[in-house]
Amino acid sequence: MIAARGAVAAAGGWSRSLSSFFYRRPNAYLLLLLIPPLLWFGTVYLGSLLSLLLQSFYSINDFTAEVVREPTLATYKQLITQPAHVDIVLRTTTMAIAVTIACACIAFPVAYYMARYASPRLKTFFYIAVLLPMWTSYLVKVYAWRLILAKSGMLTWLLDTLGLGPALDAALSTPVIGGPTLASSYIGMFIVFVYMWLPYMILPIHAALERVPRSLIQASADLGAKPGQTFRNVILPLAFPGVAAGSVFTFSLTLGDYIIPGVVGAPGYFIGMMVYQQQGTAGNIPLAAAFSVVPIVVIAIYLTIVKRFGAFDAL
Amino acid sequence: MRSSFDRPTILHRVAAAGGLVFMHFPVFIIVLYAFTTEDRTYQFPPPGLTTHWFEVAFARNDVWSALGLSLAVATCATLAALMLGSLAALGLARSRFWGKEAITLALILPIALPGIITGISLLAALKLAKVELGFWTIVLGHATFCLVIVYNNVIARLRRIPRSLSEASMDLGADGLQTLRYVVLPQLASALLAGGMLAFALSFDEIIVTLFTAGHQKTLPIWIYDQLFRPRERPLTNVVAVMVILITMLPIIAAYRLTRSTEERS
Amino acid sequence: MTAAIEFRKVTRSFGSVRAVDDVSLEVAAGEFFSMLGPSGSGKTTCLRLVAGFELPASGQILLDGVDVSDVPPYDRDVNTVFQDYALFPHMSVVDNVAYGLRVRGVAGDERRRRAHEMLALVKLADFGERRPNQLSGGQRQRVALARALINRPKVLLLDEPLGALDLKLREAMQIELKGLQRELGITFVFVTHDQGEALSMSDRVAVFDRGRIVQVDTPRGLYSRPRNSFVAEFVGGANVLSPKLAASLLGIAKPVAVRPEQMRIMSDGATAEPGWVICSGTVADSQYHGATLRVQVRTGDGELLTVARPESGNGEGATRTGSTVRVAWPRASVVELEAEHA
Repeated sequence: MIAARGAVAAAGGWSRSLSSFFYRRPNAYLLLLLIPPLLWFGTVYLGSLLSLLLQSFYSINDFTAEVVREPTLATYKQLITQPAHVDIVLRTTTMAIAVTIACACIAFPVAYYMARYASPRLKTFFYIAVLLPMWTSYLVKVYAWRLILAKSGMLTWLLDTLGLGPALDAALSTPVIGGPTLASSYIGMFIVFVYMWLPYMILPIHAALERVPRSLIQASADLGAKPGQTFRNVILPLAFPGVAAGSVFTFSLTLGDYIIPGVVGAPGYFIGMMVYQQQGTAGNIPLAAAFSVVPIVVIAIYLTIVKRFGAFDAL
Repeated sequence: MRSSFDRPTILHRVAAAGGLVFMHFPVFIIVLYAFTTEDRTYQFPPPGLTTHWFEVAFARNDVWSALGLSLAVATCATLAALMLGSLAALGLARSRFWGKEAITLALILPIALPGIITGISLLAALKLAKVELGFWTIVLGHATFCLVIVYNNVIARLRRIPRSLSEASMDLGADGLQTLRYVVLPQLASALLAGGMLAFALSFDEIIVTLFTAGHQKTLPIWIYDQLFRPRERPLTNVVAVMVILITMLPIIAAYRLTRSTEERS
Repeated sequence: MTAAIEFRKVTRSFGSVRAVDDVSLEVAAGEFFSMLGPSGSGKTTCLRLVAGFELPASGQILLDGVDVSDVPPYDRDVNTVFQDYALFPHMSVVDNVAYGLRVRGVAGDERRRRAHEMLALVKLADFGERRPNQLSGGQRQRVALARALINRPKVLLLDEPLGALDLKLREAMQIELKGLQRELGITFVFVTHDQGEALSMSDRVAVFDRGRIVQVDTPRGLYSRPRNSFVAEFVGGANVLSPKLAASLLGIAKPVAVRPEQMRIMSDGATAEPGWVICSGTVADSQYHGATLRVQVRTGDGELLTVARPESGNGEGATRTGSTVRVAWPRASVVELEAEHA
């Protein structure tokens, strides 16, 4: 291909030649762009995920405490049959569900206010007010709650000042979820979880509510519905995908967390802690891997359920 | 969704305000405790205020080395993420090919799956490959999700830049590299900056994956984590916590303002 | 003389859709050439093929007789005015216009001078320091024009540039563009879906339908001698009589076209003139257009005929909806069209 004068300007320089080369071969350009990041991502992230899955099919030799690299279902069997393990999964899942419900209940009024009643300026303020705690360091927030929930900490002081001291004691003496102090009880853990994931629930609900056109609410009122009816029949169903989307976050984040149960919580193990512990002192990577597969499977199931409620469109 | 004819009730206002207060007071508590005179920092309200603990913190070597490590890791991870994330975004923004949806989905995984999965996978893989845990394994873990953050920022911006702009540039005589330099990069600059700052802040604050891949190294969050079970050093921990708050929140706020201002301008 | 642009059996597909299907055409140097057609007809793709933003799957594209099928856009002596103007938002107006010179290495002062000259040509002399987002739609369009002309290309491509402007501005710009083209002597290739635009500005028009060129002709040729029913209806909105109706009225077994303004509604009791064709029907609807009145008449077979007559016409038949009327037109104004195939 000779570049001629006339309709074609004179070519020059290595940059032009390179560009022209890629002009004629768009696929080569695509490969050049995508190979470095995908190579990295594929080997580091996807590769390690696969190796995790692989190792969950290995087992540990009880005597030598070494990993036996032979495919077997023994580790999964161990996971499913031992009652202690099943307890862990149930405990974690129950907490995840409770946290999700609580977050939805607290987040909805806030998001509703933001979407329905706040002026545009107030709305920005609210938006930042919700985002700020999300941006604050995770560990610092957990640490803060440890201090607040401690026996002589802020929350106890607040409840005492309000005269609710006995109520706190009563709550703490509830079996299963109570404990010696807030900082070492499921109630305390529950509070911290709800606090941490609240912004993740507020934002999708707010986005879904924002998308409800004003005309729908007016049409509903026009057709004779009372405010409560409009809320129940028009707003709530349309906001539900936002709740579903937020629930994906709260559910999966609670399911996988291992730090909060360790810092603020009762002695019972959670999935995350189990994983962390098994790989650490016990060196039992196969069991840790098997335990990790549980949240993945649970989240996958949850996602398919939630997809039917339209959560993916609200994400 | 706003209508002019209804007004919020007192109940509405209280609920909304209550939610907000609930979300913010813990951080205020920490900042308050950083100044308390009582050395076990449980007491509320604090008996007195002092800046003594700040001096103590600044004199501690282990705090400085943890801080240094965190800064170094964050810088390396951010740089790697900026390069790889931008390449991925440029490649995926306007192309269509078989497998593109799968790749896009895969790129969401590090953020969609809980951190513990990333942590244990990396650890398992590293142990299998008999790699020693240290500085570079931490960077490896961080760079992976930082990559995703940069990618999301850049591709969001790229999608708002009309394709006709690069075509116009080439039409007027600029080749691919010139177009990149004069037209594409100036428009991406804010997204790159925002993505980079966000990645830096998240890497600096990272604890969940780092606990798995750090071996014996101590980043600042790991230092705090270890301190959680040492009641006598609590005031020191509070000061370091305030430090972490500042170092992570400021870049994130800056990144947010940057993204918003470019959105408004275009 | 060598054509400025030549397409030789060019094909371009997107997936399973043939956007450009075996298209061949020639555009003469210095011509104002329009590509007309509905959306999705392939006209914009053809334009992009000339510019170099798309590569042909088969066939050749020649500029000034040279095959440029795999020459990148920056090496073609062709410039484009985009539909969304594509002004660089991070540069001032004068920097936008000077861009073509900047990438060719022209020095700063020189290129700013020439950019200002260009801005004066499009009557935006004082707008140099503004940003694109501070300009109105019409002003942005002029900047896009100035930017595309600064390299003095042999061919200027315009992709529906007037679509976003309101009616009065559009008509003013049409006159300006035509004048500019005459003054500069550059070949203009103009893509539009508005047949009025194409007819008023062009030397020749190519009508596109589903990836193929149906007819290339002067505006008058297209209007008075459409080749098939698509062209007849698209350009000027002619009445197309089905072969069945044409056979019964005229003895022609093909579709035929008759312009609405050549039809008349006969007043009751009037006799037909020799050489005129008469068809009866009922008035279905009518629209008042200020200067004209358009009346839709439904024939016995259910076909709709549109009659356009000047509002000042008097002594002609009633046009109330539902009234029975007789529509007449001269035999000579009938244009035979190509037979339809699916």
